[in-house]
Amino acid sequence: MLSIKNLQARIEEKEILKGINLEIKAGEVHAIMGPNGSGKSTLASVLAGRSDYEVTGGTVEFQGKDLLELAPEDRAREGVFLAFQYPIEIPGVSTTNFIKTAVNEVRKYRGEEPMDAVAFLKKMKEKMKLVEIDQSLLSRSLNEGFSGGEKKRNEIFQMAMLEPKFAILDETDSGLDIDALRIVAEGVNKLKSKDNATLVITHYQRLLEYIVPDYVHVLYKGRIVKSGGKELALELEEKGYDFIKEELGEEVEA
Amino acid sequence: MSELKELIQDKISKESFSGNGSLKALSQKGLELFNEQGIPTVKHEEWKYTRISVVLNKDFSYAVDATAVTAKDVDAFRLPGHEAANELVFVNGIYHAELSNIRSSADELVILPLSEAVKGEYKAIVDANLGHSAGYHNDGVNALNNAFAYQGLFISVKKNKSVEHPLYCYYINDARTVNVLSQPRTLIHVAVNAEVKLVEEEVTIGTSDSFINKVSEIVVEENAQVHIYKIQNEDSHSSCVKTTHVRQLGVSKVNSVTITLNGGTIRNNLNFILEAPGCESNMYGLYCVKGNTHIDNHTIVDNQQPHSLSNELYKGIMDENATGVFNGKIFVRQDAQKTNAYQSNKNVLLSDTASVNTKPQLEIFADDVKCSHGCTIGRLDDEALFYLQARGIGEKAAKALLLHAFAIEILEKIELEPIRQYVDQIISERLDFEI
Repeated sequence: MLSIKNLQARIEEKEILKGINLEIKAGEVHAIMGPNGSGKSTLASVLAGRSDYEVTGGTVEFQGKDLLELAPEDRAREGVFLAFQYPIEIPGVSTTNFIKTAVNEVRKYRGEEPMDAVAFLKKMKEKMKLVEIDQSLLSRSLNEGFSGGEKKRNEIFQMAMLEPKFAILDETDSGLDIDALRIVAEGVNKLKSKDNATLVITHYQRLLEYIVPDYVHVLYKGRIVKSGGKELALELEEKGYDFIKEELGEEVEA
Repeated sequence: MSELKELIQDKISKESFSGNGSLKALSQKGLELFNEQGIPTVKHEEWKYTRISVVLNKDFSYAVDATAVTAKDVDAFRLPGHEAANELVFVNGIYHAELSNIRSSADELVILPLSEAVKGEYKAIVDANLGHSAGYHNDGVNALNNAFAYQGLFISVKKNKSVEHPLYCYYINDARTVNVLSQPRTLIHVAVNAEVKLVEEEVTIGTSDSFINKVSEIVVEENAQVHIYKIQNEDSHSSCVKTTHVRQLGVSKVNSVTITLNGGTIRNNLNFILEAPGCESNMYGLYCVKGNTHIDNHTIVDNQQPHSLSNELYKGIMDENATGVFNGKIFVRQDAQKTNAYQSNKNVLLSDTASVNTKPQLEIFADDVKCSHGCTIGRLDDEALFYLQARGIGEKAAKALLLHAFAIEILEKIELEPIRQYVDQIISERLDFEI
């Protein structure tokens, strides 16, 4: 489904991704872990098409298409979804209207008719249950005054409404208490199917107890330095990121 | 401008002004000051960024026959909700009773020529308030309107009356044959415990040049509530100076929303004089302009007594070659302790050739007050734009969504549904936004 080859990217003059290789197939859940500043969020941003980053080398193929050639909105319409680490507050845009616009723009791209009001409301109700989100929240301005947990649940709610083929969860666990984490993770798990794939980006192993990955990759200084099964996450949790540095023959600060 | 001088002096000598001292005095004084000062140039501090002389120094007619305007002409621009409104029609600056529809009864709403009001039971109110704005605008433009005050209109909302039918005021310039300069003048008295909503729109008929120099003085008594909604949506050959001067004489609440959607050179003076403790004044503005429109909002809040609250928020969306000015003065006098005064001006520039000059001016003489001011001039937030795009919303639609969101904060302040919807519709069409 997604094939990343030797991806390199920088922001301004700073090289951040220095050659990422990653293959993700339909039905798989991959986790990317790594210390702060290793390039995790940059990878998410580059895949979603944030313009601050300049891709300096490599390719990303998504379902046979050159993803890097597509505008951010077209990536979303093709089925890429980024759950933001810091969802933006947009006063004056109602959450419901926003989601309706998004859903219908995606449908239009696929040559489908816009969803009628009844079908849309039905789908909303169904997906609201999934992430235990309240109607009153959705009638408010987008993310405005939402708590950290509400913002993250809203991200997963949008994901449920848009039904992406490939979802990137960028540190969705950050700032969540255990109950919110459980709700978010259960939502993600229910959306999982043999036809879609998920990339979970996280600093901690905690989220991976709930969203169990098929593969875990360690990102360090802009490269994937180690890959393995779900047990790699546990190993990282136990030993800390220093063990990666040791394996790479770097000096570990006391 | 000698023609004007002669015209007014001729009028003043012809018309009977017995027992109307304050009105006659104001007209005469206005004429004198206008002759002395003339039209302000950019050297005048208050007119630095608005070249009013360019639009005013033209061959204008001052006394155009109003009879050419028919009810059918008015039908073309009646605002939504007019069926339930009092419609006050001014033609070339003068109130036109036949074209107007007054639905409220006389025990609620009194409408009189100023020349009558100055003689009868309202004499004391007229004497005490007419021309109060001149103390805040010592310039030729204000003086020019004062010179024509004798043809003004007096409106009184009676004590304890909440006027159900809003007052829709249309200021029409009939510029079908000649360039028209008009000088509408109103004194609006809102008595104790009364409530009224005012909606104002300028309209030019025809394609000759049009200039409206309007002064409206509003006196608000104890426990009264006033809403003032202005809609400005004209062509480039129509310019105006609109001065709205509000005196809050008792604990009262006044909301003002000024929406500017296009025009030639537009100057709005909005003054709030808070003369009693505990007043609330809300001043909102949205200008969404393009072409060569020049929009200048000059506001004054004069806090004279303690415990008052003023909120001011003006937002601008500037496209093409549009230019904007925001000047917000806040005075907090020595006695006005515990004043809360907030001011903010936010602008989005959509083109490289649009510009805004914004200037807050706070003069605080009391020591226990909360005042804030801020201004921003910028582009749309890239982060917000990316967030919307990342959900599949195209760049153009995402921008429209964000601009509409920017505007809606002001539109929501219009507490008159047909008018709010009407303005929202125009803005949405302008921004290519689907409601």
